[in-house]
Amino acid sequence: MTRGTELRNHQRELYYFRVRLTVAGSVALFLFLTLLARFAYLQIFQHAHYQTLAEQNRISIVPITPNRGLILDRNGVALAHNFTAFTLEITPSKLKNMEQTIDELATLIEITPKDRKRFKKLLEESHNFESLPIRTRLNDVEIARFAANRYRFPGVEIKARLFRHYPQGDITSHVVGYIGRINDADVDRLEASGDLANYRGTDYIGRAGLEQSYEKELHGATGFEEVETDAGGRAVRTLSRTPPTSGSNLTLHLDLKLQQVAEKAFGEFRGALVAIEPKTGGVLAFLSKPGFDTNLFVDGIDSQNWDMLNNSPDKPLINRAMHGIYPPGSTFKPFMALAGLELNKRTPGYTINDPGYFTLPGSSHRYHDWKAGGHGAVDLHKSLVISCDTYYYGLAVDLGIDNIFNFISHFGFGKKTGIDLEGERSGVLPSQEWKMKRFKQKWYLGDTVSIGIGQGYDSTTPLQLAVATATLANNGTQMRPQLVRQIENAKSGVVIPRPPEIVSTLPIKPENLALVRDAMIDVTRPGGTASRAGAGAPYSIAGKTGTAQVIAMKQGEKYVASRISERNRDHALFIAYAPADDPKIAIAVLVENGGHGGTTAAPIARALFDYYLLGKLPTSSVTEQAAGEAEHD
Amino acid sequence: MIRRIRLFLTQHIDGFLLTVLSVTMLLGLFVLYSATGQNMDRVMNQFISIVVALGLMWGLANLPPQHMMRFAWPTYVVGLLLLVGVALFGEVSHGARRWLHIGVARIQPSELLKIAVPLMLAWYFEKRERTMRLSDFAVAAVMLMVPVALIAKQPDLGTALLIAASGFYVLFLAGIGWRVILVLVVAVAAFAPVAWSLMHDYQQQRILTLLDPSQDPLGAGYHTIQSTIALGSGGIFGKGWLAGTQAHLDFLPERHTDFIFAVFGEEFGLFGVLGLMVLYLLIVARGLYIAANATSMFTRLLAGSITLTFGTYAFVNMGMVSGILPVVGVPLPLISFGGTSMVTLLLGFGILMSVATHRRLVKS
Repeated sequence: MTRGTELRNHQRELYYFRVRLTVAGSVALFLFLTLLARFAYLQIFQHAHYQTLAEQNRISIVPITPNRGLILDRNGVALAHNFTAFTLEITPSKLKNMEQTIDELATLIEITPKDRKRFKKLLEESHNFESLPIRTRLNDVEIARFAANRYRFPGVEIKARLFRHYPQGDITSHVVGYIGRINDADVDRLEASGDLANYRGTDYIGRAGLEQSYEKELHGATGFEEVETDAGGRAVRTLSRTPPTSGSNLTLHLDLKLQQVAEKAFGEFRGALVAIEPKTGGVLAFLSKPGFDTNLFVDGIDSQNWDMLNNSPDKPLINRAMHGIYPPGSTFKPFMALAGLELNKRTPGYTINDPGYFTLPGSSHRYHDWKAGGHGAVDLHKSLVISCDTYYYGLAVDLGIDNIFNFISHFGFGKKTGIDLEGERSGVLPSQEWKMKRFKQKWYLGDTVSIGIGQGYDSTTPLQLAVATATLANNGTQMRPQLVRQIENAKSGVVIPRPPEIVSTLPIKPENLALVRDAMIDVTRPGGTASRAGAGAPYSIAGKTGTAQVIAMKQGEKYVASRISERNRDHALFIAYAPADDPKIAIAVLVENGGHGGTTAAPIARALFDYYLLGKLPTSSVTEQAAGEAEHD
Repeated sequence: MIRRIRLFLTQHIDGFLLTVLSVTMLLGLFVLYSATGQNMDRVMNQFISIVVALGLMWGLANLPPQHMMRFAWPTYVVGLLLLVGVALFGEVSHGARRWLHIGVARIQPSELLKIAVPLMLAWYFEKRERTMRLSDFAVAAVMLMVPVALIAKQPDLGTALLIAASGFYVLFLAGIGWRVILVLVVAVAAFAPVAWSLMHDYQQQRILTLLDPSQDPLGAGYHTIQSTIALGSGGIFGKGWLAGTQAHLDFLPERHTDFIFAVFGEEFGLFGVLGLMVLYLLIVARGLYIAANATSMFTRLLAGSITLTFGTYAFVNMGMVSGILPVVGVPLPLISFGGTSMVTLLLGFGILMSVATHRRLVKS
């Protein structure tokens, strides 16, 4: 009986299942028939329409490139802008014989061998369906001449294009950077990030500097136009248009006038300078000397200019301000002094007797002071004013490498500052761990000695030095250095300021800060190492000179500048902020092979202070003025 | 001896199904050759995938359905764990977190769920066969929605919807009441605005683009515009193998993977398309026939769900290429380039064959 019911149940169940299956199958069949109807519609009834579209490609979608955003200094002076010019362009895929066409074009319009070379390079890098410029910036006569002969040149046309121009190319090269033509690697990158659609029609992309780091903001959104074209690919009429959105404009903290003062102040010297507003971290000047004309790069640099820039012993392409690393030398001492006070290893009254050298217990090796015979009795104040080395050899040993590392890293040494540019280097603030990792060696006490005067393993970028100085001026609060002050949406006009950003705060006793500051003020007063640079200033400057060795001296050998080839001479360093009681600007200057900090580097800082605080322009190159004077470290 | 080897090789293979599958895959290789711009390496690559997948299919076909039941819940649990793993440690590529690194290999766990979900649900209903109630359907629905939600979150909306469909087929064939279905339809309709707000911008964009492809001709609409032009310009007889202009002038994006059907339609025309649809319908019909004659609840539901899901894949892909469905990442089954989807599909057919052939043996 139960078996029978079960069997019947089973039968019923199977019946219901099959009904359901039939329903599902019917739905599937119905859906497939719908598809078939769609295909029939497309392939029979709309066939003629789509055939036209496919074969003549009648409607083409033309992207409209947005205008690239401007880069302006703090007063609204353009550092990067756009202008319209006419270019002669060739679409390689439409040509039968490229060489012959170019030869014929050359009879109408001047095409130099340089133009040809550049065009060839563009051709190698590009996809063959885009049109490439063979000549840029045509004049009216050239345009008229080509227009009359246009019928002879299918695949060649004149186009109005926006060009990027850097009016201050040389001076702002390492800040603003430049754009370059998009290459295959860029295309891959854009594809991966999903931005490729927005770059249809865009030929350029930021390659260096702010042009690179703010590419997203500067580029804007591409618009497009649906146009009807004839068989030859010429636009007949526009069907619809969606306008592009221009890129945002960047306004910098940077003051172009101040930057120009800095550039001029360097004269013929190479080096770097960074000036920062201590309270905000805004970068007021950012210079790497020599610069180069960034305009050369916009349309693909020709090989002659490239070789010249790339092989120059002056290395203009290197951004010394954040990519060059140098020993900080004596500019390291204020931070050491502060460490000594804060960690209770030194009191203001603690005095050493400097015989002119320092020895470690149980060793005969002499670490020399820059002054043979020594400075006599030296306390903390004097140690900074006259830059006594012996004082800091001893202090470094008393502090020990771990304390030095832990304290001084708060000022940003040994790590990237986080400035809004790409390619920053982090320098080295050595530690036991670092040495083990780098050299697979343990730390020796002897290593610590030279750290005290900013030599040995110590290395820093001028930018880091400026950040450290600004941090000192800002009572221990480190701000992230920022070039861009605000971003303005070109369409809506909405201005978005970049707020100042605190990186870290180190609580330092005000009396200790005052001790170091007072000593640094006396550095720029009579008796200090930068007294001439400070002479006659109506505001107070807190500064510290420094010298970084390029070649090592043998034990007991004497450094005589005139005997050493120019490129092996010491680098001159100077850090300072002013006014000392209410700092508005902090500066780090590095002059390559400049000799002594007080002689070449400090006057440059003074010129900037005078302009920034008093609005006074220097009369002549300050380094020339100082060249004859002799001062030490 | 030879007879025995032959028997060993073929006794669990459904000859009809294998024939239609092979014809379709062979056709696929020809289309692929054209779609890749006559790249023989790609074709060889695909051929190797097919051989491997056929081997796996043979293996599964030889496994009796009773044994498969034992794997049901472990496969499902492992699949779920992997999905959770993806959510936590997954690798992000193209803005979606779909891949998981396990030692040497990189796997996409959602593929496993395509088999695991119907397997699990069919097993569950088999266990509950005698006492089936509404609450059982509720439990099954939860078991379905958990992996679907995880996959939708990756986000991989296309796969999530297809897995949801495969689970729904099991529920439907198990006899969920018509009234419940009606309620579900109403609920889904009511939920649609909420789902819309939960979608990513690009997902919303795809649906908007479907309504009006010309809205965004550079981005999302570009695919649809170009693939419709390819299909439409193919006409009744097509432009001929290797002669599609849309495909070969670089207008068609992803033309050897998700959009391969456009190449096929352009080169073989309406007749070719009709032929391919007949092949797909033959496969679906055979699958439904196997399901209808299966002896247990488990095998019936499993076979039915696998077959209907296969049909859904084909429909969704062709619908998306012809511009009546939104662009979701679903390959054209048995034709699109890609080893993983080939293996998953043929594993499904291995199960179908096992269901078909073991029934025979049990009876005799």
